[in-house]
Amino acid sequence: MAQVAYVRHKMLPEQTPPPNSVGTIGWLRTNLFSGWFNTLLTIVAVLLIFRLLANVLPWALVPTWGGTSLGNCREILQEMGREGHFAGACWGVIRERWLQLFFGFYPSEIYWRPILAFFGLFVALSPILFPEHAFRLIGFSAIYPFIVVYLIWGGSIWGPVMALLGFVIGYMVLKFLTEPLGRLAATIAAFLLPVLWWLFLASPIAGTFANVLPLALQPVESAKVGGFMLAFIIGVTGIAASLPIGIVLALGRRSDLIILKGICVGFIEFIRGVPLITLLFVASTLLNIFMPPGTKFDLVLRVTIMVTLFSSAYMAEVIRGGLAALSKGQYEAADSLGLDYWQSQRLIIMPQALKISIPGIVGNFIGLFKDTTLVSVIALWDPILLSTNIRADTNWNGILWELYGFIAVVFFITCFSMSRYSMYLERKLATDHR
Amino acid sequence: MSSKSAPVQGGFRFSQLIYDTRYRSNTIQTVALIALMALIWWLVNNTLTNLEASGKGLGFSFLTETSGYDINQHLLEYDARDSHLRASLIGVLNTLLLAFMGCVTATIVGVFVGVLRLSKNWLIARIMTVYIEMFRNIPVLLWILIVFGVMIEIMPTPRDFRGDNPAASMMLFDSVAITNRGIYIPEPLFSRPIGDVSFFPKSSMRFDVSLELVAFLIALGAGIFASGRLKRRADRIQNETGDRPTTWWQRTVCVVVLPVLVLIACGFHLGYPELKGFNFQGGTYMRNSLIALWLALSLYTAAFIAEIVRAGIMAISKGQTEASLALGISPGRTMSLVVLPQALRVIIPPLISHYLNLTKNSSLAIAVGYMDITGTLMGITLNVTGREIETVLLVMLIYLSISLSISAVMNVYNNRVKLVER
Repeated sequence: MAQVAYVRHKMLPEQTPPPNSVGTIGWLRTNLFSGWFNTLLTIVAVLLIFRLLANVLPWALVPTWGGTSLGNCREILQEMGREGHFAGACWGVIRERWLQLFFGFYPSEIYWRPILAFFGLFVALSPILFPEHAFRLIGFSAIYPFIVVYLIWGGSIWGPVMALLGFVIGYMVLKFLTEPLGRLAATIAAFLLPVLWWLFLASPIAGTFANVLPLALQPVESAKVGGFMLAFIIGVTGIAASLPIGIVLALGRRSDLIILKGICVGFIEFIRGVPLITLLFVASTLLNIFMPPGTKFDLVLRVTIMVTLFSSAYMAEVIRGGLAALSKGQYEAADSLGLDYWQSQRLIIMPQALKISIPGIVGNFIGLFKDTTLVSVIALWDPILLSTNIRADTNWNGILWELYGFIAVVFFITCFSMSRYSMYLERKLATDHR
Repeated sequence: MSSKSAPVQGGFRFSQLIYDTRYRSNTIQTVALIALMALIWWLVNNTLTNLEASGKGLGFSFLTETSGYDINQHLLEYDARDSHLRASLIGVLNTLLLAFMGCVTATIVGVFVGVLRLSKNWLIARIMTVYIEMFRNIPVLLWILIVFGVMIEIMPTPRDFRGDNPAASMMLFDSVAITNRGIYIPEPLFSRPIGDVSFFPKSSMRFDVSLELVAFLIALGAGIFASGRLKRRADRIQNETGDRPTTWWQRTVCVVVLPVLVLIACGFHLGYPELKGFNFQGGTYMRNSLIALWLALSLYTAAFIAEIVRAGIMAISKGQTEASLALGISPGRTMSLVVLPQALRVIIPPLISHYLNLTKNSSLAIAVGYMDITGTLMGITLNVTGREIETVLLVMLIYLSISLSISAVMNVYNNRVKLVER
């Protein structure tokens, strides 16, 4: 008879894991010191970080916020017993000039106008950022561009109002004349009537109204618009306008209509093949030659148009990628539901394609915003050109790192938050359950 | 586009152009084409009117005129008496030099950073993340200016190298001098030169080819060819018998020995930079603007490449590696035969597009005074001659042809490696 030597009737209590595999020590052992190679890497990295901080921190953490000139900063540092070329930063330049870095040469007594426009941007964006809560504000988003033009450039209110009225006319035509005239005729009319309105009627009527009731703000010329404000104006306009143009170009590139496709491919490949600087040169030197003699065309507007065209070509490629990633079944399903081309694009295809391309779209937005610094090459007062201008001041001659550091930090904060928002958006819109 | 209308009975009516789906697309396209033509005609007409008003006219004869300006960094010989065409050629070569150096460095740094970001070492992975985010979220123009500032402000002046107890010293056994004017590295010299061959002498396109270089390249090519033959022979033997003969030392000899023999025959030695007077003499001189652009562009692009490499590695499922190991394939060959070919398929297309971006961003050279094609043709030549349309058009064409040739190469490669689907 088999004898069972020993049977345990009671479970043993759980033992605590070995002390060097849990807690801080365990974390350190698995993440920093697993094996001799990782240990070596960690030590080298710590030494590098230490050297970097030991050089930068004493330079950056100095009480020179109140300095009134580079010489004054040097005196403050000398009292602390610091000498030499890299004795310490001179933060006085930021205290004195940060408003200029943000607003350029905009008259300081009317800073409230760009600030109001900036906060208006968030109100205008809220229907897109929080569609569940604030979709009713979409009307404000529609008129926001005209408010910005009025607020920043000033002048009579009737110019922007008449420009807006052109869009209203187009919308009304489309809404009320589709029934009696048919869709095609109404669409053509909705294009032509506003153009006629802008070309022939808008400016005389605006002039008449301006004489009767000016409602004018102090006008500011474009040369005074600069700094991060300029970067925001060009960037946000380019971002907002390049998405719809990009969608149209992407659809054109994928369409069966040979000529339309050819036009779209040619445009996209041309724009993507040349650097932005050459397009900015076109904006600054050539666009006036292409226009009818005597046309006066604001430089900021020209640059914004070029940046928008540039960005829309890249946007088209991103969206084309999203369209290509959709399975053919989606198109066939839309067709089998009896939807026509535009309905299926609007209801079935685009929502999915745009969702897939969110990372690429936001990457483009960030790239566009960073590229606004290039306008300094054609002498628009973006932050980088302003920093050169500040250095030309005898008080701040020789200051480099403080200004570059400040500009870099502002750009970093803006772009980094955009990329984080895109990650949040991706998670929020994710419908596949993984 | 989902349905075709039923054929209409009777003759053709004009309303069919709009309402019949058989004709509608052609109508739309014709209208679009006419609109485009009208736009182009309008632009050309305006341009001609404006040019006539300013009395300039169009023409490229200015290219043969004397340029009258100097270019501080040139790969081919050049002086101010040369033509604008020659200056543009120097500019194109400078652009290509910068783009090539940038692409090579960006790839190396990018792959390195991308792999390290996946490291199990928490600290290293974090540092790489910080590096990537810093470079991706700050404009490249600012990075160029920052690196340029570092070159000018922090590097020692040539004067600092002088004296018994100098403030700065040369690096790598007194062969490399890093100064605020640029970097001096040893140059290759030959004591028994074979000579040069001049092409297109006396024209704007003239250039010399050193025969030593040609001989060296031929020897290197022959070595690589022989090494390839050895590899194919080893492959054949492995296919037939299952055993792979050891070839690594034979192949190394093939690739190394022949070129080295050529170098010895020509009397190869290095010319070191030396401090003479106020500056360094001898050696190859790379201006600080070139160094700043090269470093800034490659570090900036490397941050993007690192993300691509990381995505490419993560896209290969773990099962692939495990399956390969289960078949008894060694880890090294698993990497080279299973993982890398698949990862490269994901990595290469965006990688090439970042090469293109780097090439286009090299036009920012104008900000630090490096004379690339933007600085010569679209910079000084434009200002000297006042030919806006012609110069900008030429620069666009040059960039367009560079971009299109890179994308053509990319498409050939892509078609070769892409998955063959059902």
